[in-house]
Amino acid sequence: MSPPTAAHPMAVRRRRNRLTWLPALAIIAVGVAIWQVYATKSGINAHVLPSPVRVAESGWAARDALWTNTIPTLKETTLGFCLATLAGFALSVGIDASRILRNAVMPLLIGSQTLPLVAIAPLVIIWFGFGLTPKILLVALLSFFPITIGFLEGYQATDPDVERLLVSMGAGRSRVFRTARLPTAMPFFFAGLRIAITYSVVVAIFAEYAGATSGLGVYMQQAQNVYRTDLVFAAVLLTSFLTIALFAATYLLERVMIPWYRLSRQTQRR
Amino acid sequence: MTALPPVTAERADGKPPRLQLEGVRHAYGQLQVLDGVSLHLSEGELVTILGPSGCGKSTIFSILTGAVCQNSGDVLIDDAPLGPRTERFAVMPQTDALLPWRRVIDNVTLGLEVQGLSRRAARARAQPLLATFGLEDFARAYPFQLSGGMRQRAALLRTVVQDRSVLLLDEPFGALDALTRTDMQTWLESVWDTFRWSVLLITHDIREAVFLSDRIYVLSPRPARVVAEITVQLTRPRRMDQMSSPVFVRAETQLREVLFDTRVQGDHPDPLPSR
Repeated sequence: MSPPTAAHPMAVRRRRNRLTWLPALAIIAVGVAIWQVYATKSGINAHVLPSPVRVAESGWAARDALWTNTIPTLKETTLGFCLATLAGFALSVGIDASRILRNAVMPLLIGSQTLPLVAIAPLVIIWFGFGLTPKILLVALLSFFPITIGFLEGYQATDPDVERLLVSMGAGRSRVFRTARLPTAMPFFFAGLRIAITYSVVVAIFAEYAGATSGLGVYMQQAQNVYRTDLVFAAVLLTSFLTIALFAATYLLERVMIPWYRLSRQTQRR
Repeated sequence: MTALPPVTAERADGKPPRLQLEGVRHAYGQLQVLDGVSLHLSEGELVTILGPSGCGKSTIFSILTGAVCQNSGDVLIDDAPLGPRTERFAVMPQTDALLPWRRVIDNVTLGLEVQGLSRRAARARAQPLLATFGLEDFARAYPFQLSGGMRQRAALLRTVVQDRSVLLLDEPFGALDALTRTDMQTWLESVWDTFRWSVLLITHDIREAVFLSDRIYVLSPRPARVVAEITVQLTRPRRMDQMSSPVFVRAETQLREVLFDTRVQGDHPDPLPSR
């Protein structure tokens, strides 16, 4: 009774390309070089366009101030994100369970994404003060949408055969949800998370512009007011790094939470 | 049309059948799918429902699992009417329906976990069967790391480990390539010979039906009726070389004739696929 054999499945070939960063670094290096040459050779005023070397030097000199202003921005972003994920998940569960709720809530959700940040940010600050709360709310408001949609699309992607099978085993609705629909949705959730995270830092900074006591937005504003363009640039660079780091963190989280997903994609690509 | 042999509900030994369908009719709206289907399955018997695609074979399974309620007719299991959600059946769907985020062992125990067993107890039930199903080295692997045949074996193990009265196998090898399918058929025959589960198998593969079954019901195109019942007079365990024996060839020919006869005479000579 020897069953048919197959090649050992664990032999997933790993094709690690360590040079994936190289093209990105090269493009940045070329850009910075051109910028440096232009800023120093064209005679342009350093208040209008500081050279990258100058940005780096001033940024390094002001590192303490930059760092103390990064912390509130990072806090606003991550807390806003946690809130967005919780709200997005709760909404998606409700919408998935009830057609009435879907019909009632979906237009509101889409409507919420049309609110112009320029108009809404000062209002939220008036309502909730100059502390962290209004920024967290604004980040959450603008990032919960892709997360909710990610979950909803993911639930829809569930294999109907799997659902029928679970029902034939005696599973109820919540069991089917936990065992099939939610795990199916996880990769979609991470896709939504990544979309949201690319603009969440910018939203936090904009919210700070509208009124705050500390944060990178406040810092940029103050630097601009005294024509320290070099420090504005330094803060902008820091913002980019922050966003890239958070973006990378979603992959890390994905690897921890749904390790099977990366493995399955690697296997399929063989 | 081939003469209908009388469908006997009682077996020669007088034991009531495990499962019995009597004049089951069903329509989806205006579309009549089952037009009085009667069949029975005894304890430890492997019975096949053979029919053209789209004829309503899968609807029979939907009725048995309670996903669909028939318009009329009786379904009896162990001589009692089938109530809603009785959970007497374990289903193996056409696609293996393995969950990609669960390791093989956790896929196999899915039905037991849904029944309320703890993960540990469920694993303890499945563990001894892994070797028979050729999966002992792959318990910790993910489904996407398995070959097509192994996935199908994992799906079958998930079905049998639930320990239900009747196994419903819905074209279990339909998605496999021809060689793997033949491999799997001989393998299934040999494990079935050991365990003697009561199996209702759906297929449209005539050779598979003859090779695996004790009896075969042939359904007409939609609306489906039983147009023939054939008992396969081959000894067990079955071997590949029996496929060229006169008994095998005769059964195969007979089935092909019935299938093609009814296709020509049917109301829907070219039935729509079921999904």
